[in-house]
Formats: sequence, structure tokens, C-alpha cells
Amino acid sequence: MSAPSAGGASRDGYGSALLKLSSDPRVVVLEADLGKSTKSCLFRAEYPERTVSLGIAEQNMMLVAAGMASSGKIPFASTFAIFTERAFEQVRNGIARPGLPVHICGSHGGIHTGTDGSSAQSIEDLAIYRTIPGLTVITPSDDISAEELTIQLLDHSNASYTRTARNKTPRMYDTESVKELRIGKGSILRGGDDVAIIACGVMVSEAMEAASTLADSGIDACVIDMHTIKPLDTKLLDEIRMKCGGIVTAEDHSIIGGLGSAVAEYMSSVGGFPVQMVGVDDRFGESGSSSDLMESLGLTRDEIVERARGLLNSR
Amino acid sequence: MEGDVGHHDLSISELENLSNDCRKHIVRMIHKAGAGHPGGSLSAIDIIVALYGTRLRFDSSNPDWGDRDRFVMSKGHASPAVYSILHEMGFLSESDLSTFRTLGSVCQGHVDMKWTDGVDFSAGSLGMGLSFGLGCAIAARMDSSSRETWVMVGDGELQEGQVWEAMMAANFHEVSGLKMIVDRNRIQNDDFVNVQMEVGDVASKISSFGWNVKEIDGHDMGEIVDALKWASDQGTGPSAIVAHTTKGKGISFMEDNPSFHGKAPSDEELSLALEELS
Repeated sequence: MSAPSAGGASRDGYGSALLKLSSDPRVVVLEADLGKSTKSCLFRAEYPERTVSLGIAEQNMMLVAAGMASSGKIPFASTFAIFTERAFEQVRNGIARPGLPVHICGSHGGIHTGTDGSSAQSIEDLAIYRTIPGLTVITPSDDISAEELTIQLLDHSNASYTRTARNKTPRMYDTESVKELRIGKGSILRGGDDVAIIACGVMVSEAMEAASTLADSGIDACVIDMHTIKPLDTKLLDEIRMKCGGIVTAEDHSIIGGLGSAVAEYMSSVGGFPVQMVGVDDRFGESGSSSDLMESLGLTRDEIVERARGLLNSR
Repeated sequence: MEGDVGHHDLSISELENLSNDCRKHIVRMIHKAGAGHPGGSLSAIDIIVALYGTRLRFDSSNPDWGDRDRFVMSKGHASPAVYSILHEMGFLSESDLSTFRTLGSVCQGHVDMKWTDGVDFSAGSLGMGLSFGLGCAIAARMDSSSRETWVMVGDGELQEGQVWEAMMAANFHEVSGLKMIVDRNRIQNDDFVNVQMEVGDVASKISSFGWNVKEIDGHDMGEIVDALKWASDQGTGPSAIVAHTTKGKGISFMEDNPSFHGKAPSDEELSLALEELS
């Protein structure tokens, strides 16, 4: 694993993936005004005839995508994460229920979105989409993995929701290591037997920093990029359960229903295991820079370190 | 009629007889299930029969034929109307119809493409079908196919904002392969539409969204057949037929009666209904 390097935002990876997918004529892109933000504009610029603008009307967009999928197309429909939520029932009833392979991308997910304030900061998207049967839920950690996981959706028969981030995060992968990624398989970024830090999205780089800090005090933490929240890689969780003393989850999302909940649900189903969740503690965000907001809501490497130490001390 | 991929070309009297048979299926299915929506099935059935009997290209022996015309039944609670015509067109058996609303049945309570050959949309939540049909029609145009997409919506359904989002988009994208039929039966779940939330001059409203619009008597088979052909012939922009209908049409005690929106007939009511339809 090479050291993290500066990268782009995961939404950039989504945009570049669409371009790479364009060689398949079945691929179509749907927009609800925010193509410049979600980065689907990159596809539109090259393939306007395969891009459909639906205006600021997300509910319509989801069902137009479903109709296109039923007619043999592979639609990629994107808007802000928060505005996909407006069309939750359309995703549930119109896309997932008939099993149509529509791939939804919600950009600007999480508190990390920053200065736009709480109306734009989706902190419940992973939770709500996780409840829909058969829907794959993905939240990549950097631009390069976002590109790879989006490309893999081409051959993914289920409908999916991918959350991307507005702002840049350190790159966790390089062009070689990213090829090892698979939808539905957690990625081990760092080995360690004392405690496991399972993170997703923009919190993966924080988890890596936390593991370094823990190592300085002799605590050996493994770090998992759990980019796929559903289906959850329970095989990997079983391995962690056998070797580690506890799990700290870290996500830019409500602690209700997201990655932490998914991990805790599984762990309770196999007899219980110590899990500490770092995430948004049942509150809305506000305006501010990403870093100020993450700090004020406790979405930090320091919080992960503290929770890990607490877990080990309580054993 | 199995295995026929061309247009059917039934005469007006053949269509009327077929409608009558479908009405019997509808009331029998709902009676047997003890639940369902007779009112909106009976208001829609003449149009649906004319559509399958004169316009749609499909192949009951190959339901997934990619270049078939699509019929999107957005008012999915009127599923017995769809199942009755699918039976008559060779997609469903009579015994399939008798399983309506029971566990494992291909005849789900609301039409569902995942469960039933010949059904092109999973409905049940109003307001979504026109958007879905728009997607089908845009895909057809991308494929340079002349296949048509027909969507039936209810008038109460027009209260859903998404329908108007789809209308705006269909006009903007000039999707001429999209044809909408409004079943203007004037009754919704709780009461008359004009009591719940009047939708007003539907034809003018749709026309103001840039659509080609025609108003008809939705129970006059000659008018229906002509209007469907008119919609097919419109080569520019999306087209809509506003069909003025009677909820519960054909069974006297169900006609214009809001209580038969979603209520099964009793044993006695079934006998009376079948007598009227004989």
C-alpha cells in the first residue's frame, strides 16, 4: 500500500468513469440540473445524444431512468445525495421493486459538503437506501476508487446508489491497487490485530491517520475501506471478529442506520461484539468549512483514536 | 390471438363483445379475491380493449420481445382490467385470473412487471407511470425504433405533481412516441375528484404543457378507436387522449358510485352484475 497522496473528490471519479463507460452504447446519463456538480457534465459534453436533462425534477428522473432500463439501457442518474432522497419512494417502488438496473449517484453527500449548510448535507442517505431490498449501496473513499467502482456497475445486475463527496480527499489507492477493489468486498488498507477501524467515504483517510497515531502508542489497528455498505462484507467481519478486540466504525453520516449500524446489526446476529460508532450523533449540520464541521461534529481521527483506546481499555 | 406480432384489427362489435367479456372477468376476479378495484377497472376497460384490439404490437408467446409496443398502466389498482385483456390476448390463463391477490399469484393486487408476462410496469403508487413511459419512449427513439409507449393515468392521479413533471419533460424533449390516456372517471378513493381536489379542465391543462390533446367519450368504441389512431398518427410531440368515462361503467349499481372504487361485490351483487352483463 503506497502512502496516501493528494487526489480529487470522489465525484470527479464518478464523472471520469462515465466517460470510460461510454464505449458501451447502452449507457445513458440522466441529469436533474446539477451535472456540473455531480460531474455527469463530462459525459454530456461528449455524448449529448445519450444524456437526458430532466430539469429540477428528481422524481420524474428516477422513473424515466427506470423506463429506459426496462428498454435495455443502463442508466446512470445523478443529483445531490439530499435530492435523491426526495425521490426515495420512486427509487423504492419504481426502480428497486421491479429489479431494474438503474445506477443512482448522490453527490455532495455528508457533512463534508460544507458551507452550503444543513439543507445540502445528506446524513441519512446510506441508511434509507440500505433498507431497500436488493439495492446496492456504495460510498467510495477517493476519486480513483469512485471511478473503479462506478465502472464495475456496468456489469452489476442490481440497482445501486453511490454516494460521492463534493470536496477533495487524500487518495487511498493507486492505479494498481485500485484494480483489487470489488463491489461487496471490503478493502484492507492496513493490517492489524488489536482493533479494527471500519470506515467509508471521506472518513477512510481519517481512519488511516488514526491507525498511525495508535501505532505510535503500540496499538496495532487494521483499517478497512468498507466502500460497499450493502451487501455488507460479512466474511471480512467474521475474520475481524476472530482476531481483533473490537471495532470502531467511522462515517460521515448519522450513526443511526449507516455503516456503524450495519456492522453492529451483523455483529449482534452472531452473538455480539464490541462496536463503537463515530458519526453524526443524531443532529443536523450547519454552514462551515469541511474541516471545521468535521471537527465540531466529532468526525475526526482523534475521535477514532479515543474510541479505539476506550474499547481496548474496557476489555 | 397467440403469437401474433402485428396489429390486431378487431371490428367495433368484436371490441364491444370483448369488453363485455372482460367486464365479467373483472367482477368475477374481484369477487373471488374479496378485494380489488372494480370502479376504475370498469371505467378503463373499453379503452384498454380498443388499444389491444387495434393498436398495440405484441407477441404473447414472446412477452419480452424488445420491440413490442409498451402499455404502462399507471393507475395500477385497475389491475383486473389489465389481467382480463391479457387473458383474452393469450398471456394469462383463466385459472391465473382466479388466483388474483392470493399468495404467489401472477395476478398481483397492483400490476407488476416482475410478476406478470405482458405487464410493462410495476405500478401501485400513483404518479409514476407517465415518467416511466417517457423513459421507454426516449429509449425507443435512441434505438431508432417506431415502437410506441401508451400510458394510462387516472384523473385523481393528476393530483400527483410528478405527472406534470413528466408532461413538461415529454414536451421539452419532443417525444412523439409517448401517448397518454387519461381515464377521466371523476371519482377517486375517498370521493368525487371535485370534492377531494378538483383537477378542472384537464384537456386545456395538458394542452398548455405543449401536448396534442383530444377529448372523447371513453365508452364509445368508435370514438375510442379513432382517437387511438389519431394519437398514433401524431408525428410531432407527445399526444394525450382525455377520455370522459363513468366509474363502474356497465354495472348499474356501481356506476358513478364512489363506494365501488375499492370494494368487492357481494355474492348477490356479483349475480346482479353478471346478469346485467349477459
